[in-house]
Amino acid sequence: MSEPIKFHFDVDGDNFSSAGEASVQVKRMLRQIGIPADVIRRVSVAMYEGEINMVIHADGGDADVVVEPGKIIIILADRGPGIADIELAMTEGYSTAPENVRSLGFGAGMGLPNMKRYTDDMHIESVVGEGTTVTMTVLF
Amino acid sequence: MTVAALIEKLELEVLNLEEGDREITGGYTGDLLSWVMGKAESGDMWVTIMTNLNVVAVASLVDVACVVIADKAEVAPEVIEKAKQQGINLLRSDKSAYQLCNEQILL
Repeated sequence: MSEPIKFHFDVDGDNFSSAGEASVQVKRMLRQIGIPADVIRRVSVAMYEGEINMVIHADGGDADVVVEPGKIIIILADRGPGIADIELAMTEGYSTAPENVRSLGFGAGMGLPNMKRYTDDMHIESVVGEGTTVTMTVLF
Repeated sequence: MTVAALIEKLELEVLNLEEGDREITGGYTGDLLSWVMGKAESGDMWVTIMTNLNVVAVASLVDVACVVIADKAEVAPEVIEKAKQQGINLLRSDKSAYQLCNEQILL
């Protein structure tokens, strides 16, 4: 595998139940190209948390996954409200998710911390009123 | 212990069974999905009262051996359909999460 393999997904902001479709597809495709199971888990869980965030907070967005030798990069970009205080958003247990989302089992304030925990590098660029781009890298 | 053996010993209701000979190597109980994604391990029996479609996605991503719905919580037909599509062992019981874990540990 010398050329990077790229996947692109539109994350639908309206449909909470189907959130995670992109992550499940990525999981399947990574399995097909022989990526180790523990790496697939880290990538797909981190991506799922990010997808859910985009659905809850930003009415969806774009998800891109790039597979290179020894490295998988996940880029999640939205045009949502942005994150004013990234450090606060990264605090375990801190959440601004609405009540209807909490009743589905989300909004525990663990999404961003999980994304950081499961990836080797995570970088958040956010402008209030314009949107957020999260770039995560998993090494293997 | 396999999922099929768990079903028999705990008298679980089968909503979808794809892989009865899948080995259960541990367990986790929880309803907050991010906690489950952060803490549950591949091969776990996951006990929860949460029954929405996202449960199937989380079960698939974490690669749990099976999901056991406790307290006979209602499961919509589309959730069972999704479990079929994604090959998730989906089981149910009228026992509480506490009872189910207790009984599983004693097996």
